[in-house]
Amino acid sequence: MITINKTNNPLLIEVKELKKNFDDKEILKGLNLSLHKGEVLVILGPSGCGKSTFLRCLNGLEKIQGGQIIFKTKNLTDKNTNWQEVREQIGMVFQNYELFPHMTVIDNILLGPLKVQKRDRSEALAQAEHLLERVGLLDRKNDYPRQLSGGQKQRIAIVRALCMNPEVMLFDEVTASLDPEMVREVLDVILNLAKEGMTMVIVTHEMSFAKSVADRIVFMDEGRICEISDPKEFFTNPKTERAKHFLNIFQY
Amino acid sequence: MQNSAINVFLEGKNFLRLLEGLLITSKIAFISIFLGTILGILIGLSRTTKLKIVLFINRLFLELFRIVPLLVWLYIFYFGVTTALNIDLSGEIVSIIVFTLWGAAEMGDIVRGALQSLPKHQIESGKALGLNTLELYRYILVPQAVRRMVPGTINLATRMIKTTSLVVLIGVTDLVKVGQQIIETSRFQYPTAAFWVYAMIFILYFIICYPLSQISKKLERKWNS
Repeated sequence: MITINKTNNPLLIEVKELKKNFDDKEILKGLNLSLHKGEVLVILGPSGCGKSTFLRCLNGLEKIQGGQIIFKTKNLTDKNTNWQEVREQIGMVFQNYELFPHMTVIDNILLGPLKVQKRDRSEALAQAEHLLERVGLLDRKNDYPRQLSGGQKQRIAIVRALCMNPEVMLFDEVTASLDPEMVREVLDVILNLAKEGMTMVIVTHEMSFAKSVADRIVFMDEGRICEISDPKEFFTNPKTERAKHFLNIFQY
Repeated sequence: MQNSAINVFLEGKNFLRLLEGLLITSKIAFISIFLGTILGILIGLSRTTKLKIVLFINRLFLELFRIVPLLVWLYIFYFGVTTALNIDLSGEIVSIIVFTLWGAAEMGDIVRGALQSLPKHQIESGKALGLNTLELYRYILVPQAVRRMVPGTINLATRMIKTTSLVVLIGVTDLVKVGQQIIETSRFQYPTAAFWVYAMIFILYFIICYPLSQISKKLERKWNS
């Protein structure tokens, strides 16, 4: 396999000295990270290290107390940031597949494109159906979320985010609350996105998935980025003691 | 059946008068339910704010209507407020005002409860799609809250209908009052009239309350299927 160095691609998100507190508790203690177009970053680290919080800062679900996030040319720490506009371009999928329970699958997917982006219905519908077909759920488009399995719901949630045509996708432990037999169907969808060149930041605990999907692994511990490595190197020869220790826990 | 007390309804305009009483009862109840619901939704929405002063006023309003008996409120408005402000309000208007305020206070709490019971992730998922606050309420929160509000709202509406029987005490001739008048005037002719009149009142209350619980059942079934 030829590895293309995507760090030469244009910069999409640049994080500088990002700090986040919850009340008096420091959660993120100055993070620096760059994300290039087409790159897949996987963030690993023990529970509570701040990786989910970091992801949520990137689309403004958490306010930050210090540092900068630069998305393309916009400085998101600017007070006048139009977060609605930013969030159209930074899609996010959560752990608790939160589809809207009072809407059918297709209405869930079309809400953003029609109401936020004010797109033409037939055009958005065509895209939604195309995406549904790709994740193998076109036949469920008129179902309600409660009629679907966890894995199906999560695939729909991914389609819902994709239908906004985002430039970046954030995945926050999207398989963590799934039954083991459903994890794969969701990871396959993400893997395919990676192959198509979607820019992504993924927080996960699935180590072999991380190894196969990531361009770079970002290892976090206690609110800091401890190391950023090529996946092969990270899993065979981690640079830091903390990463070694972390990986040991996962080798049973 | 010649001497049966059920004939009390055939005497004069007795039955028609009962229906007129029912109309007064329904009028006070349904206008108050309607206005109270609208006000209550606004109150409920305002209770999701973080502004302390708004929360305090809302809280005070709700507690006042919960702690002070409704009858006292009717007296306060009928005898107190009218004298203090030197205005003339009919018992019916006072009843509608008091029942609307009570309905609004209780409804506000139902709306608040429904909104707060929605999982936080729903808000975040909506935000992550780029919805602004107004769109979030319109497409995500309110439609789901309405589904959770139905049982409480129907319960409140039937309670309001039944509690209108208090308006007799500020001189409004509602269904119960008409019934009492009929019993009084027919006491000698039909000694057992009380039984029949109250049975009829029971049926009439049932007729206006039952459709509400049917609607509630239907809506719940529709949304849960």
